[in-house]
Amino acid sequence: MNHKLNISCCTSALVELRSFLQLSLKAYEFSEVDRHQLILAVEEVCTNLIIHSHACNPNELIYLEVKGLKKKLTIEITDKGNAFNLLDYEVPDLKKVIEEKRKGGIGIFLVKKIMDEIEFESKNGKNTCRLIKNFPSVFKP
Amino acid sequence: MLQLERIKEGNKEILSLIGEVDASNSVLLDQSIQEILQQGTTCLLIDGSQLGYISSAGLGVFMSYLDDFSEQGIRFAIFGLNEQVSEVFKILGLDRLIQIVPDKSTAITLGNEP
Repeated sequence: MNHKLNISCCTSALVELRSFLQLSLKAYEFSEVDRHQLILAVEEVCTNLIIHSHACNPNELIYLEVKGLKKKLTIEITDKGNAFNLLDYEVPDLKKVIEEKRKGGIGIFLVKKIMDEIEFESKNGKNTCRLIKNFPSVFKP
Repeated sequence: MLQLERIKEGNKEILSLIGEVDASNSVLLDQSIQEILQQGTTCLLIDGSQLGYISSAGLGVFMSYLDDFSEQGIRFAIFGLNEQVSEVFKILGLDRLIQIVPDKSTAITLGNEP
C-alpha cells in the first residue's frame, strides 16, 4: 500500500511528518535504527525545502509518497519551489563546518549517508526527489 | 516538542533535552548553551536520556560550539543517548569529536578528571 501526505511549508509541520513516516514505515521490515534514519533523511530533505525553497511559507505544500516496490522502498518528495538538486550538493568537510561555526549544511550529508540511491528531476516547475532504500535481506535457514 | 532543563551540580552544568530536536526548535538548544557559556562553566554535560530524536539542526548547534568549548577549556560530554539517536551521531563521525558516554555517572567522573 502506498502512503501519502501533504505538509505545509513550515517547520512546525515536521512533527506531523515524523508521525506519518513512523506509521507508514511500520509496514516494512526495517530495524528500529534503520527506520529512525529513514525518517531523519526524509525530514532533512523536507526541512531544506521548507527553509530554502519555500522560505517557510505555510501556504505552500510538499507532497510525500511512500511506496514499497519489489526490493526497494521509495519515498517521493515533490514540490513546486525553486529546484534544489541534492545530487549537485557537495558534502562539506566536517572540520570546516565546525571551524566556521556554521549551524547548517550537514543535513544533506546525512541524507547521502543514509539512503542507498537518490534521484532528482525537475520539469514543468515540479521537482521530484526520490529517496531509495533497499529492503534488508532476510535470511531464511 | 522540546523541553530543556538546566541543573547545576557542583561545578557542572547538566542540560537535559526532553523530547525531539528539529529545525523548529533547535534555536532553543542554541540559546540554552549560549546562556550557559555567558554565565561561565568549566563542564557542560548534556543529558540525552530523554531525547527521542535529533536532526541536523540540533547536531549543528553542538558542532558550532565545539571550538568554543575547547578554547575556553570547557569539558563537554553527552550521556544517556538511546541506540537510534546515538547511531545518528555516528553517521557523521561526531562520536569521534564529542565525548559520548553511556550514563550520567561516567559523564560526572569524566568531568571530575583533572
